Amino acid sequence: MTAFWILAILAVLSAIVTILHRSPVYGALALVQTLLLIAAMFVLLDAHLVALLQVIVYAGAIMVLFLFVIMLLGAEDEVRLEGRSALRLGALVSAAALAVELATVVVAKRGDDTALPAAFGTTEALAERLFSRWALPFELTSLLLMVAVVGAVVLARRKA
Amino acid sequence: MDFLIVFAKCLVALLIVLQVGVLLLWVERKGSALIQDRVGANRANLLGGVLPFNLGIVNTLMADPLKLFTKEDIVPEGADRFLHWLAPFLALFPLFLTYAVIPFGDVLEIGDRTINLQAVEAGPGILFVLALVSLGVYGVVLGGWASNSRYALLGGIRGSAQMISYEIAMGLALVAVVLTFGTLDLQQIVREQGKLMWGVVPAWGVFYQPLALLVFFIAGMAESKRAPFDLPEAESELIAGFFTEYSGSKQSVFMMADFVEVAIVAALVTTLFFGGWQVPWLHRDGFHLPGGLSIPLPSLLVTILQVLSFLVKLAIFCWLQILVRWTLPRLRYDQLMNLGWKRLLPIALVNVAITAVLALALQGWTVAS
Repeated sequence: MTAFWILAILAVLSAIVTILHRSPVYGALALVQTLLLIAAMFVLLDAHLVALLQVIVYAGAIMVLFLFVIMLLGAEDEVRLEGRSALRLGALVSAAALAVELATVVVAKRGDDTALPAAFGTTEALAERLFSRWALPFELTSLLLMVAVVGAVVLARRKA
Repeated sequence: MDFLIVFAKCLVALLIVLQVGVLLLWVERKGSALIQDRVGANRANLLGGVLPFNLGIVNTLMADPLKLFTKEDIVPEGADRFLHWLAPFLALFPLFLTYAVIPFGDVLEIGDRTINLQAVEAGPGILFVLALVSLGVYGVVLGGWASNSRYALLGGIRGSAQMISYEIAMGLALVAVVLTFGTLDLQQIVREQGKLMWGVVPAWGVFYQPLALLVFFIAGMAESKRAPFDLPEAESELIAGFFTEYSGSKQSVFMMADFVEVAIVAALVTTLFFGGWQVPWLHRDGFHLPGGLSIPLPSLLVTILQVLSFLVKLAIFCWLQILVRWTLPRLRYDQLMNLGWKRLLPIALVNVAITAVLALALQGWTVAS
């Protein structure tokens, strides 16, 4: 449990740095740190494969591309915008709604001690489910990714 | 007690990485000198000339690091100090971690304990390695950007683009290997390579996946930005690329990262394709030669032989990488990207497809459920 609390506090702090830091590069790096800590939390939850995929895909590929874009297209420090009060109110309301939702889920599941199946979170278990019961959504997701890639290429070419 | 054993294993793995990284510096200098028909660094001696000949090894292992560590640490004006300090750490740390899952022996039997000679017994070992290789890009990207210098930024962008491109080919080569051996665990893969094909030849990965070996080796060399893929640190064009503005200890950390990555690629190639610590026909209780002859050996000797076998194979593949570096000319950047995306990636994909079909055929066209 101590491991969870250490990871959780660090993750929340990294997330706060992501949002509040002036420099976008530091924000992106703090996001990488948050993702790595979340991957560690996945390991605590016995979801080893998901943890590794989080690092490989999210922290290792997506965030690198984020950093590329930030570095190539200007990494000026953020200026605090004079936002309209309506926007700020909307942001606060959505954040409050999200917090209430998460708290409801946590409280509802508290004390839920159902034992996990023995091979939970291993590659074999995940693969077995993914390619039998959830094969069609899996294929559709990869199709969706392909559409995104093709769309990005088309948009880039049109600008040039 | 268990904690002590794991700690000792991690220490051994760390020491192997450190020693290999440092020794490779000397091997590279003397090896490149050999290849280029010159002598190499040989001006250093011990204790003011007590030996009648000069020692290149003293130069490389003692004088050079000493010089690097005592140099002034310069941070360029306008550079981001924190990121400038962080980048070398990010470049080196994931590489050290990779050795945690590489098996350097079978088991060590002390008393009634059987210790698996792999620092961390990770089920999905290969994915762990891939994850750490993806994290290695940050050192390059940040090193380039945090230096506030055009050359460094260019080198950094080129380097990271190259690294993420070749990660894909590397991953696909590994997919084929995983399909062949049916497991992600590195120790298990090495154990599978102890089985014999047709009762005679040990089932090393190179016999099953020669194409994957080629793709993986080339992609591995490109990942570590070694020649012929070293345009990010092209000495004649970008001075030193993404680590131009680094001096002293930080530069030595980047250089060390280069050699540690050589060691990692060599270790992975031996583990996945050349049997890791397997000595042909050597089992835990001795040799079982194909003719039927069986030589019993004490288990400690078997373990020592297996660890030596791993180290020898590691050395061979490190030397092979050094040889390739000093033989082939550098690839231009577009040729480099071409190779990664248009040649290695399709080859690796075709390899995966063929492997999958063959694996299914050998299983009798049924899926194990």
